[in-house]
Amino acid sequence: MNPQLSRRRFIKAVIASSVAAASTSGINQAAAQGNRPRGSVERLISININGQTRRVDVAPQETLAYTLRYKLGLTGTKIGCNRGECGACTVLINGVTNYSCSTLTHSVRTRTVRTVEGLQAPDGTLHPVQQAFIDELSPQCGFCTPGQVMSAVALLEETPQPTREEARQALSGNLCRCGAYDHYLNGVMRASGQNS
Amino acid sequence: MSNEYKLIGKDFVPPDITGKVTGKAKYAEDFRADGMVFARMYTSPMAHGKVTSINTEQAEAMEGVVGILTAEDVPEVTAPDAAILTNTPAYIGDPILAIAAETEQICEDAMATIEVEIEPLPFVTDPLDSLVDGGPNARTEGNAYARSREGSGFQTIKWSQQQVDDFRAGKEPTGDFVSEWSYGDLDNSFAEAELVIEEPFVTIGYAHMSMEPRTAMAYWQNGTCYVHGSSQSQSYFMPGLARMLGVETKDVVLISENTGGGFGSKIGAYPIAALPGYFSKKIGRPVQLRVTREQEYYMGSARVGFQGWIKMGFGADGKITASDVFIIEDIGPNATGGDASSAGGAISMVYDPSAMRFRGLPVLTNTTPRGAQRGPGQNQIAAVMAPIMDKAAKVLGIDRVEIRKINSTNNDTIVYADRRPVTSAYMDEALQQGADMFDWQNRKNQPKKKGKKVRGLGVGQGYHSAGATGFDGLVRLTPDGKLHIHSGVGNLGTYSFASTSRAAAEVLKCDWERCEIHRGNTENHLPWSSYQAGSVTIFSHTRTNYVAAMDALDKMKRIAAQTMGGEPGDYDIDGQRVFLIEDPAQGMSYGAIAARAIQLGGDYSGAVYPDDIHEITQRAVQNIAGSGLIGVAKDNLHQEGVIPGLAVAFCEIELDLETGKYDILDYVGIAECGTVIHPKGLAQQMKGGAVWGMGMAGLERHVYDPQNGLPANIGYHQCGIPTYLDVPSVTKTDAVNIADPQNPFGARGIGEPAMGCSVAALQSAISDALDGHIFGRTPISPDMVVNHVMGRDQSFLPLQTNNF
Repeated sequence: MNPQLSRRRFIKAVIASSVAAASTSGINQAAAQGNRPRGSVERLISININGQTRRVDVAPQETLAYTLRYKLGLTGTKIGCNRGECGACTVLINGVTNYSCSTLTHSVRTRTVRTVEGLQAPDGTLHPVQQAFIDELSPQCGFCTPGQVMSAVALLEETPQPTREEARQALSGNLCRCGAYDHYLNGVMRASGQNS
Repeated sequence: MSNEYKLIGKDFVPPDITGKVTGKAKYAEDFRADGMVFARMYTSPMAHGKVTSINTEQAEAMEGVVGILTAEDVPEVTAPDAAILTNTPAYIGDPILAIAAETEQICEDAMATIEVEIEPLPFVTDPLDSLVDGGPNARTEGNAYARSREGSGFQTIKWSQQQVDDFRAGKEPTGDFVSEWSYGDLDNSFAEAELVIEEPFVTIGYAHMSMEPRTAMAYWQNGTCYVHGSSQSQSYFMPGLARMLGVETKDVVLISENTGGGFGSKIGAYPIAALPGYFSKKIGRPVQLRVTREQEYYMGSARVGFQGWIKMGFGADGKITASDVFIIEDIGPNATGGDASSAGGAISMVYDPSAMRFRGLPVLTNTTPRGAQRGPGQNQIAAVMAPIMDKAAKVLGIDRVEIRKINSTNNDTIVYADRRPVTSAYMDEALQQGADMFDWQNRKNQPKKKGKKVRGLGVGQGYHSAGATGFDGLVRLTPDGKLHIHSGVGNLGTYSFASTSRAAAEVLKCDWERCEIHRGNTENHLPWSSYQAGSVTIFSHTRTNYVAAMDALDKMKRIAAQTMGGEPGDYDIDGQRVFLIEDPAQGMSYGAIAARAIQLGGDYSGAVYPDDIHEITQRAVQNIAGSGLIGVAKDNLHQEGVIPGLAVAFCEIELDLETGKYDILDYVGIAECGTVIHPKGLAQQMKGGAVWGMGMAGLERHVYDPQNGLPANIGYHQCGIPTYLDVPSVTKTDAVNIADPQNPFGARGIGEPAMGCSVAALQSAISDALDGHIFGRTPISPDMVVNHVMGRDQSFLPLQTNNF
């Protein structure tokens, strides 16, 4: 993970999401008007998701979380707040964690997107983070778990042997109301091959 | 049961966890149905009012709009109960109508055209503002509402300005109240006290903030309503849902495989869970309603707030002689509370005063509906009591852990107004174990102050009753040799549906790999099970699975005797076989026993079943009859007395006197919940509860604008949900692990005390860091600390709510 890039994207996402937060429509409009392409918009676009190119009809103001969940059936990505607060919708865009509820789908056309559905090996073997989260009984209700998994994956790809404090900072954009933070950190440390 | 368990007390991989880490676990909003439309709600922009007209003409004419649902389409309810839709909204966010359309965007566009006229009515956001003479009432019928077995009803209760002022000043309340209970000779007990402490207190209510926004999707097939809901409980949710839908329980199917948190807010059916059912019936298409995160703060639910006064008497030896507590509870617009009396009960349980009086006054406000929230009442009072115990210890020259041990609950403690025994209790052992693990003795002798930073040590205690009885168990052995455990327990993330199912496997000595749990959908033939709340599941459903498995075991031995000769008592089980004790080579496999049960019919196969099981269990048995050997029974095991879940916590903080902020340097939590059933699950509950306590102690609150009745904080971070960075990276937990005699496996529950001990320990530590100062308030925010250190007044009136 590149913390600076992540932070910049995060701030941009929050600015965009404030527009959505002010609206009661909630579900799929994260776009500031200024981000919308001028003139006609090509709606049928290709997106690289989990290593596959997916063709999908996308409205100009559509968020990535909306496209993933409601058009591509990738419901592992959860929408907890739809305003860039909770991290349940975290996906990796070019390997960097992003809140997909605050990301316009049109903005990822030239980038690669990874979701929780893209982590398992073709033979079904779980990603080390997923396996470690099971071994440490990390999730409770599980609603925030896909987001926690994606943040942990991004961290370990950038920093394979993080300290517990580094893991804590890296996952701090992901809320868990059950309070399973300790167990998630145990999972990250186990996935990195270290004692928790 | 034997202490040599194969499954009980061992960790395992719960069957639902893989779905959670892969994203395959389905929550209510992840389901779709053919022809499904979306619903959104128009909610009240006024804190209290009467709808005089609704114009939906423009909306109905819009392309894509499928229908409108108003209060006329749903059952009318009597105030102060919550309606599915209402024409007399009692808080901002109260649902008035709903629109169904092909997309949520169309719903919103249509919503913008709706014209609703509302005649405003008086409203109030702080109970004391309603209580004072001339203050507004939250309901036209009155400002207080008492619920009791003897009768429930509105009352109008007013105190003089002087009475309110005296209460704010910390004096004993002299105004009217609506409920009271007591035991012992209060006056004499106070007279005998060496030390009497009086303190006012306020605990601010705050939102449940489950991560999953409430969703329900419903459709009808052949007179049955299918509801995909967000529910803590499974079977327990259904009778209430059926009542709301106006149908019989048999005509409802609830699908709730996973629920993204509940914490008390989704125990039983709630009105908007029934809204899609009505809408679907009206328009003939499946309807999904998902509330937004913002709406969760408006109309979700919240912890009951307290404004109170307490007087405690202590003997010179530290023993509590008397306790007198008066609590005004903020019960929101729908009179949902009961926390105050539970708080009184918790004082009786945890501190064991020789004499006690409780007085309560539930006051209505036009704020978000209140509801049970993790340790409702017990955890508020845990926070209040901890610094008071510390103050008594300091004045009497007793160690702070020691004074708690002097008053600790044990097997002989008699509790509550009706002076009931406890099933078992080991608070003293828990305190000692925690003190040793935390190294209390050494730590308390360390220097406290370092520059502008000061250390504080805290100790706290938590309690909640932790068990219920009378629910049913249902197991089934099939000819393939598998044990099917049917569980009507909900799934909100504790894994207790699975850990209690292991009780049946333990009794039947069945390999866990050969067991399958059926749950999460009425059509999986689920028995009547407890609410997944109140810390009851572990106690209640180790018992139900035990009695069902014992019923199966009895039948297995009877079948073996019928088939191979002899008496049932001649047989035993092991290795998935029923065998002759005298000649173990002679026996039948579980599969063969199941096949024989089907042949024999009667009670073996479920064609006949006990007549005391719940109708929900009866239907489940009817549906699986003939598919194997059925074990089914109601939990009629002996039970008397209060079943306590207890916990203690120790923590160390470093408080910055310049900023008022503190870091939690260390935390130890000890559970006293009988035998440990699932070690990792217990640790997870203790640690999650600790995070909740840390949130309540210093972060979380609801704030309402008293001028307009608007909720001012409607986001996670505004409301103070704890993040990774607000809590310690490592929290340590352990358990006393002494069996309770009234559970076949010795187990009791723990979910709620896990939080109460934490908020108490934090309040204790903050008080310790500030030389014993008692704020008498949750949360304690940094500005409060700075004001105190600087000798300034706080920025709010004493006992005021809705403060930033």
